[in-house]
Amino acid sequence: MKLALGPILYYWTREKIQKFYEDIAAAPVDIVYLGETVCSRRHIMRTADWLEMAKMLAGAGKKVVLSTLTLIESESDLKTLRRITENGDFAVEANDMGAVHRLSGHMPFIAGPYLNIYNPQTLSLLSSLGAQRWVMPVEMSLKTLQPLQQSRPAGMETEVFSYGRLPLAFSSRCFTARFHNLPKDDCRFLCIEDTDGKTMRTREGKPFLVINGIQTQSALIYNLIGDLDSLRNIGVDVLRISPQSEHTTEIVRLFRECVENRISPEGAMQQMEKVMPEAGCNGYWHGRPGMEQLYLASLVPHE
Amino acid sequence: MLPDYKLELVCPAGSLPALKAAVDNGADCVYLGFRDDTNARNFTGLNFDAANARTGVEYAHAKGAKVLLALNTYPQSHGWERWKNAIDMAADIGMDAIILADPGLMQYAMKTHPQIHLHLSVQGSATNYEAINFYHEHFGIRRAVLPRVLSFAQVEELAAGTPVELELFGFGGLCVMVEGRCSLSSYVTGESPNNCGVCSPPKAVRWQKTTNGLESRLNGVLIDRYADDENAGYPTLCKGRFEVEGETYYAMEEPTSLNTLELLPELMRIKVRGLKIEGRQRSPAYVAQVTSVWRDAIDQCVKNPDAFSVRPSWTAALGKISEGQQHTLGAYNRPWK
Repeated sequence: MKLALGPILYYWTREKIQKFYEDIAAAPVDIVYLGETVCSRRHIMRTADWLEMAKMLAGAGKKVVLSTLTLIESESDLKTLRRITENGDFAVEANDMGAVHRLSGHMPFIAGPYLNIYNPQTLSLLSSLGAQRWVMPVEMSLKTLQPLQQSRPAGMETEVFSYGRLPLAFSSRCFTARFHNLPKDDCRFLCIEDTDGKTMRTREGKPFLVINGIQTQSALIYNLIGDLDSLRNIGVDVLRISPQSEHTTEIVRLFRECVENRISPEGAMQQMEKVMPEAGCNGYWHGRPGMEQLYLASLVPHE
Repeated sequence: MLPDYKLELVCPAGSLPALKAAVDNGADCVYLGFRDDTNARNFTGLNFDAANARTGVEYAHAKGAKVLLALNTYPQSHGWERWKNAIDMAADIGMDAIILADPGLMQYAMKTHPQIHLHLSVQGSATNYEAINFYHEHFGIRRAVLPRVLSFAQVEELAAGTPVELELFGFGGLCVMVEGRCSLSSYVTGESPNNCGVCSPPKAVRWQKTTNGLESRLNGVLIDRYADDENAGYPTLCKGRFEVEGETYYAMEEPTSLNTLELLPELMRIKVRGLKIEGRQRSPAYVAQVTSVWRDAIDQCVKNPDAFSVRPSWTAALGKISEGQQHTLGAYNRPWK
C-alpha cells in the first residue's frame, strides 16, 4: 500500500508551509497532493508557488498531484482551475465536476473525494473519462466499498482517507469570519490564526466539529490505523493522511512502519494518541455514524 | 422579454393531496419522490407509490402542469436496481423529467429512455458553468438546479456560460452547506442526504426536559438547549447553538428560511427558468398557500416587472405558515456569506 499526504486544508503562513514540505520531502510518503482546496480567497500561495513546491517535492522523489478547489463559484475561480488543469507537468486531482470537464480527453486525472462516486457505474464512467485513481467519499464503509472494488475498471487505483479531521461539509459562508462578526468579503484572513481550525463544542463542552473557513470538519481525528488489515484485504491502494499543524511526519512514519509490518496497529495507535490533537474515530469505515470509535478486540479503549 | 421565455413555478408534493393543492393553486411543475431512499425527503408517511404517482401525473397533465421525479440521492451498489426501476417507472408513467444527481444514473436514463428530460439535482453540487456543461455534454441535461450558495451576481455570471436552463430555490428551508457536499448528518447519525436521503433524521432525535431547559439531541449529541421563553426548533444539526472559544451562538446558521420574493424581477431579467419551492415534507395546506402567493407574485411580475414590489399581504401569508421564523435572502445577497 502507498501512502499519500492530502492537501493542507488550513491556512498557514508561507514560512510554515515551506518548512512543512521540506520535512515532508524527507518523510516516507509516496504521493503528495498540493494546493488550496478550501477557500478561493486564500492567497499566500499562488498557483506559481504551488508549482515551485511541486518541483521541489518531485525532485525529492515524491509523486506530486495538484488538487483543485472544491467550491468553484466565480470566473476568477475558473481561471485558477484552468491554470492547474493545463499545467502540463503534474497530475491533477479533480474536486469538482467542472475540473473533470476541463481534464477529460486531455490528461489522466485523480477523481477527488468530493465527486460523490458511490457506485460501480459512476466509477466506470469516471474511468472512461480518464480517471486513474479515485478517492472514496469519506462517509462510505468497507461494506459499501466492496462492490466497487470487485468491479473496478482495469488500472483504477483506490484511495481512502485514513487519517485526520474529516472534511465533512463545504458552504459558501465563512464560519471563521462569522465567528469574528466579519463579512466574508472583509474576512481579514483571520483563519490564519487557527493552524488546526477552531473547535466548536456542544453546550455541554464536548468537542464536536471544527470550523475551517467555509469548511466544517470533524473535531475527532478519523484514524484507520487499527483497520489496516481490512483496507489491505479489500485491495485499497493508497491511504491518505491529512496534514495537521504538528507531528504530521510522525503520523506518516507510524503509518509506514505499520504498513510494512514493522510495528503493530496497537503499538502505532498508542504512539499516535500522544500526538493526535483530539480523540480518534473510525465509525464510517464500519458502517456506523462517523463519530463513533470501534476498537479491534486487541485494542483497549483509552480512558 | 422573449416571447418563449417563461419562469416556471416548481412546487413540492409529498402526497397526492399536496400535488393537487399545488396544481390547483397555479404550479407549472410539481416535483415528487417515490416512497424509499431514492429521494432526498425519505420520511415515513411521505411520498408516492406507483399507483399514486400515475394518478398524480394524470391529474397534473389534465390541468396543464408538468410532473418531475426527484431521484436525487446517490445509489450505493446494493440499491442500484431500486434507482434503475424508479427511472423505468418514471418513463412508464409519463413523467416530464427526472431530477438526478448521480452521473451513473444519468448515463442509464439517457441510454434507456432517451425521450425523457433530465434535470441536474441541487445534490449534484454544480456551482459553475464548467460543471453544468459537463452534465450537458455527457448526458444532455436540460436544466440544472443551483445549490443555495451562490450570490445573485454569481448566478448571473454562471447563466452567461451555459446553454442549460437554470432553476433556483426561491422559498422554504435553507441549506447553509453546499448540497451534495455535506456529510454532517452521517457523521452524527450514520445517515445523510447523499447516502440515505435524510438529514438529521427524526428517529435520531430526542427531546428532554432538564433543569437546564429543554434539550434537543441527535444521536446523543446536544444540538441545542432552550430556556422556557424560547421557541424550540427541529434539531437540524447545522442550526443548533454551539460554543466556540467561550461564545455560544448559532455557529453555522440561525433557524431561518429562504424567501426571494423581492428578487423576482432580477431572476426574470436573467431568464432563470425554474423557481423552486422547498418542502415536500410540508402539508397540502402549506403547499396551497405558498403556491398561491408565488403564483400571484410571478403573474404580477410578468405583467409589469419595473413596477414590481413585494405586497405586504404576500409577506403576511408566507409569514403565517413559516411559524414565525425569520426569512433571509441567503447567499443571493452577498453579505450573508
